[in-house]
Amino acid sequence: MSTVTALKGAAPRLKTSAMIASFADPGQKTSSAPFGHALVKAAEADSRIVGLTADLGKYTDMHIFAKAFPERFFQMGMAEQLLFGAAAGLAETGLIPFASTYSVFAARRAYDFLCLDIAEPNLNVNIVGGLPGLTTGYGPSHQAAEDMAIFRGMPNLTIVDPCDSVDIEQAVPQLAASDGPTYLRLLRGNVPTVLDEYDYTFELGKAKVLRGGNDVVFVSSGLMTMRALQAAEALAEHKVDVAVVHAPTIKPFDAATVLAELDTDRLAVTLENHSVVGGLFETVASAVVTAGLGKRVVPVALPDEFLDAGALPTLHERYGLSVQRIVAKVLAELG
Amino acid sequence: MTVAQEQNTAGRVGKTVTERIERVAAAANRIRHHALNMGEVQGQGYVGQALGAADMLAAVYADQLRYRANDPEWEGRDRFLLSTGHYAIGHYAALAEAGIIPVEELESYGLDDSRLPMSGMSTYTPGMEISGGSLGHGLSIAVGIALGLRHRAPSGEGSSARVYNFLSDGELDEGSTWEAAMGAHHHQLGNLTAMVDINALQADGKTDTVLRTEPVTEKWEAFGWYTQRVDGNDVGALLAAFDNAAAQAAAVGRPSVILCDTKVGRGVPLLEEREKAHFMRIEEHEWQLCREQLTAGSNGRAGR
Repeated sequence: MSTVTALKGAAPRLKTSAMIASFADPGQKTSSAPFGHALVKAAEADSRIVGLTADLGKYTDMHIFAKAFPERFFQMGMAEQLLFGAAAGLAETGLIPFASTYSVFAARRAYDFLCLDIAEPNLNVNIVGGLPGLTTGYGPSHQAAEDMAIFRGMPNLTIVDPCDSVDIEQAVPQLAASDGPTYLRLLRGNVPTVLDEYDYTFELGKAKVLRGGNDVVFVSSGLMTMRALQAAEALAEHKVDVAVVHAPTIKPFDAATVLAELDTDRLAVTLENHSVVGGLFETVASAVVTAGLGKRVVPVALPDEFLDAGALPTLHERYGLSVQRIVAKVLAELG
Repeated sequence: MTVAQEQNTAGRVGKTVTERIERVAAAANRIRHHALNMGEVQGQGYVGQALGAADMLAAVYADQLRYRANDPEWEGRDRFLLSTGHYAIGHYAALAEAGIIPVEELESYGLDDSRLPMSGMSTYTPGMEISGGSLGHGLSIAVGIALGLRHRAPSGEGSSARVYNFLSDGELDEGSTWEAAMGAHHHQLGNLTAMVDINALQADGKTDTVLRTEPVTEKWEAFGWYTQRVDGNDVGALLAAFDNAAAQAAAVGRPSVILCDTKVGRGVPLLEEREKAHFMRIEEHEWQLCREQLTAGSNGRAGR
């Protein structure tokens, strides 16, 4: 029996699809290119804002800005060291650059330029990284599973991991207004709109309690807050009452808000679209240990390994980021 | 015209070529003496590089650059970016020569809590535009500064200032230098001038044994730059090259590069003849000898 024959009758295999697959659920409310539109709006209010990219304008929603402000957009070519060195130079002249590329190239390829040209002089350069964590099926060359781990060690750098279009729209003007460099884990294309359903506003440096719950407390960032909220609803059907704390600013971390929520006998779970090494889980863990809480924390995070290529839903399921896997993990923990 | 006002324009303005050469040569001589004195504080250091690059630094600070000594952050200033952080010893000497830092402060070079660290950083020293040291960064930052100044000029907030980036031939090993070279040409940054100190020496030895960078002239020409190559220890040739670069400088136009062949330890025969090293060892008793040789040499040239 040939391989082809063997595959017949099996469930159809999902396709990797485009580089940037949307992680929005079918029928979910979304907003198109929220970063690009938010940057245009911020730039209308502040003439110092400029945009630049390294041959990835269309793939980081920077093209929206380039179209609105062609004179304030600088194409630096596929040269990430130049991208960030030049962004530093632009900031030296009093401008406020937003510089976009993929997270893997910002974090891995141009680190020295971000560190010494931007962070050490504490310049207001805003680094915009596309495809953070596991948001593409293209494999390790494009999956920035460890971007926050790389960046958390850089002094002066503020790290923001937004959940949805609401977070992005509200974060962009705050990033422009804050002194010093920032790194935004960009969600691009049709980005889910989730947090408008909650009594929530994005505040740089703050974690927010989105919902209360008596049995379990989720601390999450990025798109995993969306999954955390969905998992909380699913767990309610199992009579498990789950609180969700959204911590979109990874550094500086709002330990006070998070620790106040963790200092109970509820099951504590962190959820992040990032490696279990060096991201939200370890940020929370170090805050817990430093405060002497003696509290167990369960991570939902990507494994410390190079991830597979494939379709995003397949990979999120495989690595435990799907709602179904979160629910199963919580139920198992609760025994 | 007071000295302070004069320094708002480049030193070259209103002078004959002979006057300019004498002025720059005298400044270079003082920069070399400063460097030897600073080197003695540390007992070692990048004295060889400072001596080799002194004429380039003097040409910039005594002849080309527009700045205000009492206001190093003046918006209209030309920018001088030191990419080679370890050349800070020479740059500090030039900043003292320019009146931006006091000459007496040079004694604190490399000491704890000094504003003059061994590797140049913008956060420590007035007049130091960037933090160099991680080689291959300066030209990228220069591209951004030139872009930014041009972008802001119409609003009156920028300026037509020139941007100079000092780099070394070792930095031609770095891919980022060539990213920036392409970027400057692509964006037609005609107010940007790179100065490359070609002393043919790197940390591990001679440049042509570490990573062959030649043909350097052809490389820059191929990248679209207005390229000149001169003896970087010949003040007259340096000034002529800077004048050529200035004549074709424009907000939109070709960036220019001046490739300067220099001699490590220049001006002190004892060091010129010593086996070349990135980090030159000078014995305690030799410093005075170096100063005497430097003085004798400059007197000899003045007498010719």
